[in-house]
Amino acid sequence: MRAQTKRALPVVAVAGVSIPSVSLAEWTVNMSPGVTGTSNQIFGLHMTILGICVAIGVVVFGVMFWSIIAHRKSKGHKPANFHENTVVEILWTIIPFAILVAMAIPATATLIDMYDASDADVDIKVTGYQWRWQYEYVDEDFSFFSNLTTPTDQIQNRQAKGENYLLEVDNPLKIPVGKKVRFLLTSNDVIHSWWVPKLGVKKDAIPGFINEAWTRIDEPGTYRGQCTELCGKGHGFMPIVVEAVPQDEFQTWVAEKRDAAERERELTQKDWTREELMDRGESVYNTVCAACHQADGSGSPPAFPALRGSAIATGDINAHIDTVVNGVSGTAMQAFGQQLSEVELAAVITYERNAWGNNTGDMVSPKEIMEYMSE
Amino acid sequence: MSAVADTHSQEHHHGPASGITRWLFTTNHKDIGTMYLIFSFTMFLLGGSMAMVIRAELFQPGLQIVQPEFFNQMTTMHGLIMVFGAVMPAFVGLANWMLPLMIGAPDMALPRMNNWSFWLLPCAFLILVSTLFMQGGAPNFGWTFYAPLSTTYGPPSTTFFIFAIHIMGISSIMGAINVIATILNLRAPGMTLMKMPLFVWTWLITAFLLIAVMPVLAGVVTMMLMDIHFGTSFFDASGGGDPVLFQHVFWFFGHPEVYIMILPAFGAISHIVSAFSRKPLFGYASMVYAVGAIALLSFVVWAHHMFTVGVPLTGQLFFMYATMLIAVPTGVKVFNWVTTMFRGSLTFEAPMLFAVAFIVLFTIGGFSGLMLAIAPADFQYHDTYFVVAHFHYVLVPGAIFGIFASAYFWLPKWTGHMYDETLAKTHFWLSFVGMNLAFFPMHFLGLAGMPRRIPDYALQFADFNMVSSIGAFLFGATQILFLFIVVKCVRGGEPAPAKPWEGAEGLEWTVPSPAPYHTFSTPPKVE
Repeated sequence: MRAQTKRALPVVAVAGVSIPSVSLAEWTVNMSPGVTGTSNQIFGLHMTILGICVAIGVVVFGVMFWSIIAHRKSKGHKPANFHENTVVEILWTIIPFAILVAMAIPATATLIDMYDASDADVDIKVTGYQWRWQYEYVDEDFSFFSNLTTPTDQIQNRQAKGENYLLEVDNPLKIPVGKKVRFLLTSNDVIHSWWVPKLGVKKDAIPGFINEAWTRIDEPGTYRGQCTELCGKGHGFMPIVVEAVPQDEFQTWVAEKRDAAERERELTQKDWTREELMDRGESVYNTVCAACHQADGSGSPPAFPALRGSAIATGDINAHIDTVVNGVSGTAMQAFGQQLSEVELAAVITYERNAWGNNTGDMVSPKEIMEYMSE
Repeated sequence: MSAVADTHSQEHHHGPASGITRWLFTTNHKDIGTMYLIFSFTMFLLGGSMAMVIRAELFQPGLQIVQPEFFNQMTTMHGLIMVFGAVMPAFVGLANWMLPLMIGAPDMALPRMNNWSFWLLPCAFLILVSTLFMQGGAPNFGWTFYAPLSTTYGPPSTTFFIFAIHIMGISSIMGAINVIATILNLRAPGMTLMKMPLFVWTWLITAFLLIAVMPVLAGVVTMMLMDIHFGTSFFDASGGGDPVLFQHVFWFFGHPEVYIMILPAFGAISHIVSAFSRKPLFGYASMVYAVGAIALLSFVVWAHHMFTVGVPLTGQLFFMYATMLIAVPTGVKVFNWVTTMFRGSLTFEAPMLFAVAFIVLFTIGGFSGLMLAIAPADFQYHDTYFVVAHFHYVLVPGAIFGIFASAYFWLPKWTGHMYDETLAKTHFWLSFVGMNLAFFPMHFLGLAGMPRRIPDYALQFADFNMVSSIGAFLFGATQILFLFIVVKCVRGGEPAPAKPWEGAEGLEWTVPSPAPYHTFSTPPKVE
C-alpha cells in the first residue's frame, strides 16, 4: 500500500510537469481550479459571476440584435415613439441590485476565510528582491534565495526554450501537504507581488511593511507562479516555484537545510585560499550580480556601472566592501550585507577584484568580512 | 433664424486671421476644438506606435525586438500618452466644438483661457516625449508610477515626467473650469438644465470630476518630487512613510479619471443611438441621474485597484460592495440605449456602427469589471492580462469608438462635406475585427495566469499572444485609414446639408454645414 502511494507520486509529478505542453495544444481559455480550498472557492465564484454575466449578456444583446435585424429602416420598419417609463426604470435598477446582493454573499464568506491566517503550522517569511525571492523558515533558522534558472541563451533565442521556460528556479519553496502555511510577505526594495495561481494566493510584498497570506495544499506537486507587480526590468524574470511534499519528506528536507546552514556558518571560520574564493565568488556573482553588472563585468551604464576596471573594484578595498555590504542609497545598488553570507560576500568581492583583468591580487577572507560587519 | 452672424453687417465680427497666428492666438472655440482633435489624433498615433512595439516584442516568447528596460518605457509611455494625450484631449476637442453649438452659445465662456489650456498641452507632451532621449531613458514604472519604483528607483527623467504631469493637470483644470462656466452661464434662453443635450450633461459632470481629482494627481506627483529631491519620506517606510499611501492618493485620482474618459462618450452615444434609431432616447432623466450616480460612486471605490496590498477586511468589503454598486447605474444606461433602439427605424451609417459596437463591447468590459469587483476573485485576476483585457475593452471600444462615432457624426457639420461612407464602414469593420482579435484573447491569457507588464512569457501563453499581436497590428494599421478619410472629407466630397442625419435632434443641426466661424451671436430660443 505504502509502496504504491510512493510509486504514484512521481506519476503525479510527471502529470503536473506535462500540463503546460497539454494546455499549449488545448488553448486554455478559462481559469482552472486549483489545489487548495481557497483557489477552488475562488474558481466557484469566478464561474458563478461569469455565468451571471453571460446570462445578462444573452438577454440584453438578444433584444439588441433582434432590433438590429427586425427594426431596420431598410425593411420599412416605422419608428415607435415610446419613451420615459418610470416603472421600467425602477425595475431595471432593482433587479440588478438584487443579483448583486446575491453575488456579494458568497464573495464575502470567501473573503473572510481568506483573511483568517490564524493557527498556522508553518510560518514562512517571503521577501521580494529585485529580482528574486527569499524564503525564510521562521522557526527553523534557515533561509535561501530562489533565482530564475532559465539560461540567458534561451531568453535571447540562441537556444531552444525548455518546458518550464521562465517558470523554473534553483531553490523552490518547499511546503508540507495538508498543513496550514502562513506567508509573511515583505520586500527589500520596490513593491513585488507573490502569486501562485493554483494556490489562489496573491499578495503584495511591500518594503517596510509585512503582509499576511496563507495556504493549505491538498495534493503534492509542483506549482508555479510569477511576480505580478511591476518591479523594474527583471519583473518578468522572478518566478515562484512551490513544491508541496508529504510531511515526513518535508521534515527530512528541513533537517538537511538546517544542517547546511550550520555548516555554512562554520565555513566562515575556515581559512580560505584565493582560488577557493574565486570559484565560489564566480557562482555568487553570476547568480546575484550579473543581472545588472553583466557576466563580463561590463554593466549597462548609466544605471548599472561597469565593474571591469572600475574605481571601486580596483581601488580602496574597504570602499568596495562598504559598497557591497551597505549598497549605495538612491541607486539600484542594494545592500547585500543581509542577503549574502560572510563567505559569499568575501568570495564575490575577491572575485570582482580579480576577474576580467581587474588583477589587483587582493583577497578578502570571510573573517575580515565578519569583523567589518561587527564594527 | 438669425443664428448665424452676418459678417458684412457687423464690422467687429470677422473671419479667422491668416497664417500661423490664426492657430497660435485664436480664441475661437471651433479653431481650438480642431487643434485639440488634431493634437489628440497625433498622440493616438504616437501612443499606438508604442503599442505596436509592445505587441511586436510579445509576438513570440523570448526577447527579440527590445530589451526589458525599453519595453517598460514603452508600456509606461503608451499608457500616459493614450490617457492624457489621446483620449482626454479628444473629448475636450469635441466639447470645444460642440458645447457652444449645442447650447446656443457664441463661444466658450473663457476664450483666452481656452487658447492657453490648449497650448500648454503640446508643451507638456514635448517634455514627456523628450524623456525618451534622456540619459537613463524615459519613465519605466508603468503609467500608474507606483512608489518606490518611481521615486527611489526611478530614472533621472522622472523629474521631467512630474513637470509634464503638472502642466497637463493645469491644462485639464482650466479646460474643466471653462466647460462649467460655459454650460452654466451661456445656455440659450429656455434651455433649462433638464433640457440640455446629454453630451452637455455628461461633460458638465466630467468637468466637476476633473476639478475634483486633477489637483489630487498634482499633489501625488508633488509628493514624489519632494521625496526624490527634498528629503521627505511620504512613500518611504524607512523615513516613516508608506508606499501604499501613494496608491491611495493615486487611485483617488485614478478611478474618477476612468470615468472622465468614458462619461462624455456616454453622452455622444446617446445622441447617435437616438438619431439613427429615429426615436427619442428612452429615459432622458434616468440617463442624467445614472451619470450623476456613477460620478459620485467613482469617489468611493478607489481601493478596488488595491485589493492585494493588504487592505483590512472591512475596508476590502466596503470597496467591493461600492464597486459592485456601480454596475447598477451603468446597467441603467445600457438598458436605456437598447430600449431606445428597440422598435426604432434603424440605419447603420458609420456613427451608428461605432455606437452599436460601443454598447456591446463596453458592456463586455463592464462585465469583466464586475468580475474584478468580486474581491476574492480579484486575487486571481489582479495584475494579469485579464485586467489588461478589461480596461482595453472599456477604453478602446468605449472611449475611442465613442470618439470615432462622434467624429463621423459631426464631421459633416465641421467640414461641410459628407465623409466617404464606404471607407468609413471599412474603417469600422477593420477596427472592430482588429480590436477584438487583439484584446479578447487577453482575457484567456490572464485567466491562464499571465501577469501584465512582462516583456517575455512562459510557453503556454504563446498562441494567444501571437493572435493578440496580429489583431493589434490590424487595428493599428487601420487607423491610418481614418486619417485618410478625414483628410478626404476636409478637402471635398458631397456637400452636407445643415442636418445630414434624418433622426438627429439639437441646435447644432440648425446652423449651416460647415458651421460658420461665428455662430449664435444672437441666442436662439428653446421652447
